[in-house]
Amino acid sequence: MTLRLSLALMILAMMPLAQARASEANAPELPRQSWSFDGPFGTYDKAALQRGFKVYRDVCSSCHSMNLLYYRDLEGIGYNEAQIKNIAADYTIEDGPNDEGDMFERPRLPSDHFKAPFANAKAAAYANNGAAPPDLSLIAKAREGHADYIYALLTSFQNPPPHGANLAQGQYWNEYFPGHKLAMPPPLSDGMVAYEDGTPETLNQYARDVAQFLTWAGDPYMEERKRTGLKVLLFLLVFASVMYAVKRKIWADQH
Amino acid sequence: MSAGPREQFDNPVIEWIDSRMPVFTMMVKEYGVFPAPKNFNYFWNFGAIAMFMLITMIVTGLFLAMHYTANVHMAFDSVERIMRDVNGGWLIRYIHMNGASFFFVAVYIHIFRGMYYGSYKKPRELLWILGVVIFLLMMATAFLGYVLPWGQMSLWGATVITGFFTAIPYVGDTIQQWLLGGFSVANPTLTRFFALHFVLPFVIFAIVFLHVWALHVTGSNNPLGIDTKGPQDTLPFHPYYTTKDIFGTIVFIMLYALFIFYMPDSLGHPDNYIPANPLRTPPHIVPEWYFLPFYAMLRAVTFNINIYTLFGALLLFVVLIEFGWRKKPAKLNKNGGIALFIIGAAFALFGLYADANQEWVSAMHIPLAEIKDAPIPAKLGGVLAMFGSIALLFVLPWLDTHPVRSARFRPLFKTFFLLLIAMFFGLGYIGSQPAGGTIFGVSLSVFGLAFTGYYFAFFLVILPLLGRFEKGRDLPNSIHEAVLAKKH
Repeated sequence: MTLRLSLALMILAMMPLAQARASEANAPELPRQSWSFDGPFGTYDKAALQRGFKVYRDVCSSCHSMNLLYYRDLEGIGYNEAQIKNIAADYTIEDGPNDEGDMFERPRLPSDHFKAPFANAKAAAYANNGAAPPDLSLIAKAREGHADYIYALLTSFQNPPPHGANLAQGQYWNEYFPGHKLAMPPPLSDGMVAYEDGTPETLNQYARDVAQFLTWAGDPYMEERKRTGLKVLLFLLVFASVMYAVKRKIWADQH
Repeated sequence: MSAGPREQFDNPVIEWIDSRMPVFTMMVKEYGVFPAPKNFNYFWNFGAIAMFMLITMIVTGLFLAMHYTANVHMAFDSVERIMRDVNGGWLIRYIHMNGASFFFVAVYIHIFRGMYYGSYKKPRELLWILGVVIFLLMMATAFLGYVLPWGQMSLWGATVITGFFTAIPYVGDTIQQWLLGGFSVANPTLTRFFALHFVLPFVIFAIVFLHVWALHVTGSNNPLGIDTKGPQDTLPFHPYYTTKDIFGTIVFIMLYALFIFYMPDSLGHPDNYIPANPLRTPPHIVPEWYFLPFYAMLRAVTFNINIYTLFGALLLFVVLIEFGWRKKPAKLNKNGGIALFIIGAAFALFGLYADANQEWVSAMHIPLAEIKDAPIPAKLGGVLAMFGSIALLFVLPWLDTHPVRSARFRPLFKTFFLLLIAMFFGLGYIGSQPAGGTIFGVSLSVFGLAFTGYYFAFFLVILPLLGRFEKGRDLPNSIHEAVLAKKH
């Protein structure tokens, strides 16, 4: 019995190993926020996602692409088909060749990708002091701390920088960026983006909303995943109980 | 597969097939009435669970391969397309991705069980060796598969791991280029890794077949580690163990499902959601968790083995063979052994000291003690330690000469073995940490070296000595008696 117990403990002990790894040096512990998508029953707050999308569209998208997203994906944050058509039509795309062999510009459709701010990585780097802004499609999955990290990063620029910080031209001090020296200027400030639903137009609110939007963008099937998981686990629980009963019955003559 | 006498089946279709090719007779013989010891505990579920995981991986992998594109410009996006646009693609990929981890969980427990209850001992040596081959192939397949999504950890993990081969003297660089199909991890690497990742599971499947075949010749071991003596000791596999295996497998799947649906990315590294970039090295390259103990052994060897250390180690090895492995020293008497031990230890310590104090070496003009003269540089030493740790498993049946199988009746073995497991977990933790970390103010590399040392000492010194000197408890007369005694 002790053997079994110690083994079970060992297996459990193994799991957090993966999470414990790679706590990179010189970045302080991230403050944990409370999110609507936390926990096994968590869901996305669609109003926040739409606000976050507005922040991305009005601010972030001038430098950051989201190449993995299509306009049709916006159904996932609660827009209907007509709204999505309108949003997509605000941008153009080069299509073609047409019947005459020429390329042409046309408004984007829901089936098109999000428009990227730069033609390619070289152009992005050239326009941004040599540091190409990363694509944001998966940014929430690709950073330790996920939404907490995005929120902390956006709200923790420090100007003037702490004493002794050697910032080069075009560098900004950020408490939570690994190495602290970030090529991105503080992107958000109070009152920058107009909200239509009366939500306070503050830096913290913008950061919260865009962190949620980016989490959704990286993991659009989270709600379906958790719902399916619940059904699967309930089924397995019943199946396991039945099998346990069957096993007991079969083994009854041996016990 | 024999064409011996067989019983008729009532169903005419089954009978028609069976009389021409007795597959049903074989199924009944191997999985129906097959006699299994009646005292299995739940550790004996993990063979079936590993089989379930292999099939899960092959099936989900097949569907992923239908949508995956093995090209450095498209691989990352094709995986994301599976996650976002393929119907149910996120589920298939998360099953596959976490499946790798849970396949290893099952197989590690399966290996633990084999070692704890002495399942590798006569007459099951070949069965055990086939199992180690499967384990090695699994490691290769898992590594190849981790490269395919072409994220940062894919690229840099592949760079580090294929870099091991450059440690081989003289031909290392050539071998590495041959493996990569170029001078660095690039498109030719990705395409061949995909091809190999696709085919290896079927090789594994074939060896699993041999593994099961060998099992059905010798019959299963059991928690008491004693042979079955007759029908009173066994139960037919069906329905007793089919029901027990299904129950155990479902419980395992529940834990697996918890990860798939609620923390699907927790066992992976966030950096693998960043597309591979050959120009930017991640600050901290780590392999998947199931490789971490071996990765720690690789990094534990930070010293070069020069000619003095090597000579000393050789002498010590002779002493070990004569006084540790043989029942009676063949060529040495006791005083000779002590002398050889002292000389060997002196040479080894001198060699290690010289390696660590290169300024002293050049000041004293000690020949052949410079790092460039070392026959086994630290890098090669690390690689040898890592591969050696698995190579030892192949010869385990001959290192452990004790006649008693189960650790239940070998208290000393049990203690040393559980200590080994604890250190293996410790190595896993050390492997996960950046180089230069400390714990209680002591460098982690010290622990890494100590635990690695214990790992090798366990197999090479402790097991052979226990085989000769451990008394062991009295074994029960039969499984049947032990089971009855437990009931009262």
